[in-house]
Amino acid sequence: MTTFDDERIGELLRVLPPAPEGWVRAAQELPAARRSLDEIVARAEADLAFRQALVADLESALQLEGYEPHRRVVDELKRRYSES
Amino acid sequence: MSQLSTLSDAELVQRCREGNTDAWNELVERFSRYVYAVCTRGFRLPEEDAEDVFQEVFTRVFTHLDTLRNDAALRPWIAQLTRRLCLDSIAKRGREQATEEPMAGELASDLDEIDEAFTVREALATLSETCQEMLDRFFARDQSYRTISDELDLPSGTIASRIARCLSKLRAELEGRKVGPDGSRG
Repeated sequence: MTTFDDERIGELLRVLPPAPEGWVRAAQELPAARRSLDEIVARAEADLAFRQALVADLESALQLEGYEPHRRVVDELKRRYSES
Repeated sequence: MSQLSTLSDAELVQRCREGNTDAWNELVERFSRYVYAVCTRGFRLPEEDAEDVFQEVFTRVFTHLDTLRNDAALRPWIAQLTRRLCLDSIAKRGREQATEEPMAGELASDLDEIDEAFTVREALATLSETCQEMLDRFFARDQSYRTISDELDLPSGTIASRIARCLSKLRAELEGRKVGPDGSRG
């Protein structure tokens, strides 16, 4: 069993500083990002014009339709719809 | 202190599976420092790579939460996932350019210390909100007595004694626990 004195406890508390706020927020937004991704993909499957707009210029197409450009969503959509 | 912060890992996983967004926020909050420390202090990834690993860890946790067989094993699962993704990142970076890689013995010792530190944070989470704030600000955020006094609106002359009292409560909490090899929360 580990033993702790005040000095050691202080050292161990210093080992875990907070992660950058933006990183934490982005990770917390994952459920919303996932919902947004599912919605965009479903729409792209059903709407040829929207799918073509995504392929031609993904970020502009999303902006035009009012979607929040979450980085993970954009990366995943690029992977699916980028022209190559 | 939110009610969710008192839930066990297993209870938290259950709430996340039910689609509870606040539970997900708590899960990220609970493990964010740990994942961050493994990436930056353990594997010494550059900031940019550490951020990619950090986001990938939580993306995979979110996506594969349904596949976790033992809900109480959340911490070892996240630990293993983070380590594996850090190694992938180092391998990828190594293919592109030479990187400073931690020596195996040093890495193991740093990761052990991070695990021990996580156990201390779990114990910290059982103390009053004031004690949590006080100890976190002083030790983890490296704030001065003056800053703590200003931000918490407390007399500056009382900060040192308050920190000492909170430390001794934390020590008592830790002494009452048996720390297992993975320190998991049941």
